[in-house]
Amino acid sequence: MIEIKNLVVAIEDKQILNGLNLTVNDGEVAAIMGPNGSGKSTLSYVIAGKEDYEVLDGEILLDGVNILEMSPDERAASGVFLAFQYPLEIPGVGTMTFLKATLNAQRRARGEGELSTPDFIRRVNGAAEKLEINKDMLKRALNVGFSGGEKKRMEILQMALLEPKFCVLDETDSGLDIDALRIVSEGVNALRAQGRSFLVITHYQRLLDYIVPDVVHVMSQGQIVKSGDKDLAKALEASGYAEYRTGEAA
Amino acid sequence: MADITPLRTAAETGLSKLFEATRMKYPTGVSIAREEAFRYFEAVGLPTRRVEAFKYTDLRSAFRDAAHPAEMPAAEVAARAVADAKGFAGIEAVRLTFVNGHMIADLSDLGRIPAGITVTPLTQALTDGHALLEKLAPVRQASENPIYQLNTAFLADGVLIAVEPGAKVETPLHLRFIATGSETFSTATRALVVLGEGAEALVLESHEGPDGVAYQPNDALDVTVADNATFRHARLNAEGREAVALSTLSVKLGAASAVETVNVVVGGVLSRHQVYLNFAGANGRAVVNGAAMLNGRQLADTTFLADHAATGGVSRELFKTVVDDAATGVFQGKIIVQQAAQQTDGKMMSACLILSDEGQMMNKPELEIFADDVACGHGATCGALDEDLLFYLMQRGLPKAQAESLLVQAFLGAAIESVSHDGAREALIGTIEAWLAARG
Repeated sequence: MIEIKNLVVAIEDKQILNGLNLTVNDGEVAAIMGPNGSGKSTLSYVIAGKEDYEVLDGEILLDGVNILEMSPDERAASGVFLAFQYPLEIPGVGTMTFLKATLNAQRRARGEGELSTPDFIRRVNGAAEKLEINKDMLKRALNVGFSGGEKKRMEILQMALLEPKFCVLDETDSGLDIDALRIVSEGVNALRAQGRSFLVITHYQRLLDYIVPDVVHVMSQGQIVKSGDKDLAKALEASGYAEYRTGEAA
Repeated sequence: MADITPLRTAAETGLSKLFEATRMKYPTGVSIAREEAFRYFEAVGLPTRRVEAFKYTDLRSAFRDAAHPAEMPAAEVAARAVADAKGFAGIEAVRLTFVNGHMIADLSDLGRIPAGITVTPLTQALTDGHALLEKLAPVRQASENPIYQLNTAFLADGVLIAVEPGAKVETPLHLRFIATGSETFSTATRALVVLGEGAEALVLESHEGPDGVAYQPNDALDVTVADNATFRHARLNAEGREAVALSTLSVKLGAASAVETVNVVVGGVLSRHQVYLNFAGANGRAVVNGAAMLNGRQLADTTFLADHAATGGVSRELFKTVVDDAATGVFQGKIIVQQAAQQTDGKMMSACLILSDEGQMMNKPELEIFADDVACGHGATCGALDEDLLFYLMQRGLPKAQAESLLVQAFLGAAIESVSHDGAREALIGTIEAWLAARG
């Protein structure tokens, strides 16, 4: 379970999150929707531990432990996973090398033994097949020359291998065509489990037709301003964010 | 205006004395060459920063004293040093071993030289007046260089390697240079490689020595690559931390010949590796790469020159430097395209990754083009590790040090990919990994 309490965050003296409160229960898929500039991506980066942000107040508890004190890798080992809106290309780092390094680093941090190479390869191949990731992609440098859809599938592959407790999907639908959206969503749905929760950040209701949320939160001006079930997303799609923009410049 | 005679430094005066002491050691022809070289050196002296080619690498300051040329070490001393040698150690190769600049026949594979190759110790060649000695200094610019001239003047030992026309030598020839001792000393070695038409050979070169001894190696490798021949070369500078290590690679390329060379630097408080290429025949191809990993107060200088004298030459240079602590990287690269060298295609790139606040990199790329139908370019970059990439890797669970190492390794790896021999490439990657592991 993740509990975010009174989170106040600024970047370069500009306050972005203004006392945000949010709870995502185990096994729950929560969606966050909201207009541009409402602080959705900031929230995802702060959860993952990006340095550029200054946390002025509040806490983020993962199973009761405040992760704000942890470095990004410690958070990862505790079970936090961020699927990036724009996955980065890393020239010179082979995809398999990267996957093995991350998997073993997390296992080491948790005091588990490293995977044997055959075990590792079996896991990767199994997960890759489900996401329609071909062997050629795995042989290339990480994300280098990948299409937008391939990069997002690679994010989900990492999610599947790392088996996190809490997954944040930052606009995973951006830049995806219908087929890629289906593959990615099926990948996420396959990972839905009792002990794993999701925070799905999106502008559009469309993604939520594929990844059906248990709860929908509306974010505006750095706070959760409304919560509801999946029908709230549909209502937003029809009405737009106008009613949540009060106080913002037009 | 009156002539100004610069004051000679202690090192320069010392070198003159040392030269006088050794001048009559060799046969007349060799003595003349050494004499000429020393007179040249004496006229220009140890270059200061005011000499453009040494603007970033002040040899006059680096050489406080002229170290005495090292003697041939005792057999057991040499054997002990060789037993500890690590450079390219795991690779199946024919080894030619030099300890303190002297060839150690007993620790070399002179008895199992592959067919198609003739290996002659330089001391023997000098005494006999070997015909191949004419091929020394195949590139004009090398012989106009004080480091190379100093090497000639103090030349003590080395090897002549002749590869027969058409011979494709599979087994690498490993020239291993090992320094040992606790007092300062200097060495001057020369290897000469002559590849006949259509021949192919791989030369590995490793240099290592003790930390904490300010020894002064000066090594030169002169290569003549005949038409259609291929010369591959990987060099590892793992000299001791206090060594002032100078080296020159001079290559003359025949028509449609190919050259691949990489220099990996981790050692020496100061090192300068000079590469001179002369595209004498048409359609020669060269890949010249380098990877340097520097920390503490190390300075590593790579000075590169490609002189295109014939049509259709292709050269690709990629130099990667990683600078930590208060270390300094220097890259000086120049591509000359003579008027006759139409359709030359040259691309030169120097990239530096700076890991500390005090680290620095000096880049000086130059093009000098007299032909009108050429494609030449150069680039130079300097930067820190990408924070976004680090965050991405850490988000996936890699601790910061490991994430940095992975990115540094990827950065340097690009310069090593060109090494076609698997064992040599893996050994060089191992050098990078060891450097990163020591960084912690």
